[in-house]
Amino acid sequence: MKAIVKIMLRPAVLDPQGKAIAHALSALGFSGVGEVRQGKLITLELDETDAEKARETVKEMCEKLLANTVIEDYEIELEA
Amino acid sequence: MQSVVVLFPGINREHDMIRALEIASGRKPHVAWHTDTALPKGVDLVVIPGGFSYGDYLRAGAIAARSPIMRAVIAAAEKGVKVLGVCNGFQILTEAHLLPGALMRNAGLKFVCRTVRLRVENDSTFFTNRLKKGDILPCPVAHHDGNYYADEETLKRLEGEGRVVFRYAEGTNPNGSVNDIAGVMNERGNVIGMMPHPEDRVEALHGGDECLPLFLSIVEEVAA
Repeated sequence: MKAIVKIMLRPAVLDPQGKAIAHALSALGFSGVGEVRQGKLITLELDETDAEKARETVKEMCEKLLANTVIEDYEIELEA
Repeated sequence: MQSVVVLFPGINREHDMIRALEIASGRKPHVAWHTDTALPKGVDLVVIPGGFSYGDYLRAGAIAARSPIMRAVIAAAEKGVKVLGVCNGFQILTEAHLLPGALMRNAGLKFVCRTVRLRVENDSTFFTNRLKKGDILPCPVAHHDGNYYADEETLKRLEGEGRVVFRYAEGTNPNGSVNDIAGVMNERGNVIGMMPHPEDRVEALHGGDECLPLFLSIVEEVAA
């Protein structure tokens, strides 16, 4: 089973990297772009075949290491 | 005073820290490695120096904070042993939840390496008792992720409880830190983290020794 973890800065946290990307897009002539935010995508190959158990384990991984929940939110997606 | 300097792969500022501790205390610090599971017996102070532990992979300090030696550091902190983290050491202490908040990418997105003016905000901590509130010290910074963030509730507590130990003086905030915060301490007052490098301003060769009293403060506190 494959897990995909999406990690984004919490909405209340300023994202200077996203801001810089927005500026660069505007400099390239792309108009109509509102707020840009940058995050991380982590993919994990898991031996676990039970989706419920896999989600539980990945959630623990997020809480313990993958995300810093002081500033980041995470979402877990599973692929068979 | 007996101190221990904790090393992780990628830490590179330990020599300056060891020298500063030796100048202040007259004793060579012990050195602990990230795979050690215990600190040397009888240490008064644990120091996590600056650098780029694990190449700043994932987040600055994230992987070091979960290494075996950190379990011993956390246990020591809970017993009241003094812990100081500088730069990457500060990032590691926040990632280990020994200090509140987080260090984010600098607001200007660039690595900053310069001397800032550091203002002492609390002069009754183990690292500042030889100074006075409002004292301004020149102190070098060198970091890419020093933008201190904490949610409003945490900030209110930090400010209300005098737990902001250092602030960048007006006009010298190099990284966008909220409330110009350069260093904070935990509730008990035995864990302090800061982004600037006071160990690099302790002798004439550094351009001045204005930050030496910080290290002398620890020696005095431990002797008291």
